[in-house]
Amino acid sequence: MRRGEARRGWLMALPALAVIALIALGPVLWAVWESLYLHDLRMPWLGRRLIGLRNYVEALSNPRFWEAIGHTVAFAAVSVTLEIVLGLALAVAVDSMTRGRGVVRTAMLLPWAVPTVVVGLVWRFMFETPTGLIWFADPLAAWVPIVLADVWKTTPFVAVLLLAGLQNIERSLYEAAQMDGATAWRQFTGITLPLLKPALLVALVFRTVDAFRVFDVIYVMTGGGPGTATEPIAMYTFSVLLENLRFGYGSALSVMIFGVTFLLALVAIRLMGRGALVEPAP
Amino acid sequence: MSWRLLRPWAIAMLVGVTLFPLYWAAVASFTPESQLFGQSALAPTRLVFDHYRAVFNERSLGTAVLNSLVVAGVTTLLCVPIGALCAYALARVPFRGRTLVLTSVLAISMFPQISIVSPLYLLLRELRLIDTYTGLVLPYLTFAMPLTIWLLVGFFRQLPREIEEAALMDGAGQLRTLWAIVLPLSWPGLGTTAILTFLYCWNEFLFALCFTLGPERYTVPVAIALFRGQYQVPWGQILAGALIATLPVALLVFVAQRRIVAGLTSGAIKG
Repeated sequence: MRRGEARRGWLMALPALAVIALIALGPVLWAVWESLYLHDLRMPWLGRRLIGLRNYVEALSNPRFWEAIGHTVAFAAVSVTLEIVLGLALAVAVDSMTRGRGVVRTAMLLPWAVPTVVVGLVWRFMFETPTGLIWFADPLAAWVPIVLADVWKTTPFVAVLLLAGLQNIERSLYEAAQMDGATAWRQFTGITLPLLKPALLVALVFRTVDAFRVFDVIYVMTGGGPGTATEPIAMYTFSVLLENLRFGYGSALSVMIFGVTFLLALVAIRLMGRGALVEPAP
Repeated sequence: MSWRLLRPWAIAMLVGVTLFPLYWAAVASFTPESQLFGQSALAPTRLVFDHYRAVFNERSLGTAVLNSLVVAGVTTLLCVPIGALCAYALARVPFRGRTLVLTSVLAISMFPQISIVSPLYLLLRELRLIDTYTGLVLPYLTFAMPLTIWLLVGFFRQLPREIEEAALMDGAGQLRTLWAIVLPLSWPGLGTTAILTFLYCWNEFLFALCFTLGPERYTVPVAIALFRGQYQVPWGQILAGALIATLPVALLVFVAQRRIVAGLTSGAIKG
């Protein structure tokens, strides 16, 4: 009975797992293999030569690579911090509402559901001035609309996640604290924050992993410009692959991105414990 | 006390801030190009349908809408049944290695799309699938399948166990129980999962940008991201396209917001 059950379990899971293995895991392994070759589709006469780790060496000694990494890390740090802080404030505010929660929730879900490309285009439009592109011409100022667009899109979603966590906290805890004369701030730091920690952690992890692969919003807002001032690592890899058609070198970049994200994800899953699962970020 | 009085206003303001960009985009998409950046940008004196007419007649956005519908629809139809089978096994059938499988699926759902663009491109090129529907559906499965499994595992875990146990006790097999007992109870969960999967596919940009070559196969996000004017950015048309891209997902959110929230948070709060 048990043995048969276990086999049936595997059989039921098999089709989906096979699909994932074939088209998700397979390509990752292929990328590792490909990254050891010189493979330039624009110069087919060079053929496809095994060059060992030279693609990796090239990446690590390329300033544009390091700049792209820097942009990605800075973007992730700033936008995720803003999103968690604002999302928490928003969640607490909505949690204390007695009426009209449905309307607010729809308003909150909408930005999250809007295609990222649309978010980027709309925010670029709002920062566009008819005379010239003041914001987008400056290497540092160009980040402002990008971060704002990302914060606008994701903060409400973070708030929705945190709101679900808030609504799981026993009301009686607050009542007891109130009896003891605890201030609102004391209640927030003493009850809300500690009990919300798992939900906060989940939001933090998913937003961070997601911020590291930022591409769409920057592609439509600045195209990585001015120059390469707003180019994240995903966009650098994109241009190496699809503009320069350097597949060996591009694969090396992909493998490094994959490796770092995978480590991040593993740490995250460990941190959250097995039970805490949530949907993958958009 | 004062917070109590201020609260409705604070929340109204937040909702306003949230909706403002969408309002501006919507208004602009009906505004004549000459008034887009003027004094009356937020409340134009005249509304026109020019931009909408132009995106369909000159930019063939209709083709892009069709492409998006086909690719997102087919991916969803493939993912939900196969994913449901797997998710049910992961949620209910005790088998060895279950946790490992769950963790791997979660890890895969987190990995960045860009890291598999190069092998997928080479593979699709080899199979002559670049710039085809199949050439988009296959890459879409990489993120849609883990997503479906995750959402459905969360959902199946919330179903009352007793009914299934009674059926199993009566000698119905695992598959038979799934078909006759669980499935009829699961339409809300399957529906929500289908909606969310469709939504992610509809919004996807990077793969569609990499694996299509021209307007014949562009999906909606790629089409509007690549609108170009001869001398200036055709903002009116871009925003009209943006509104059209947003309309279906906005409708889905209105129809299913309660369920979407439940689906998204079912795992997060159980801890």
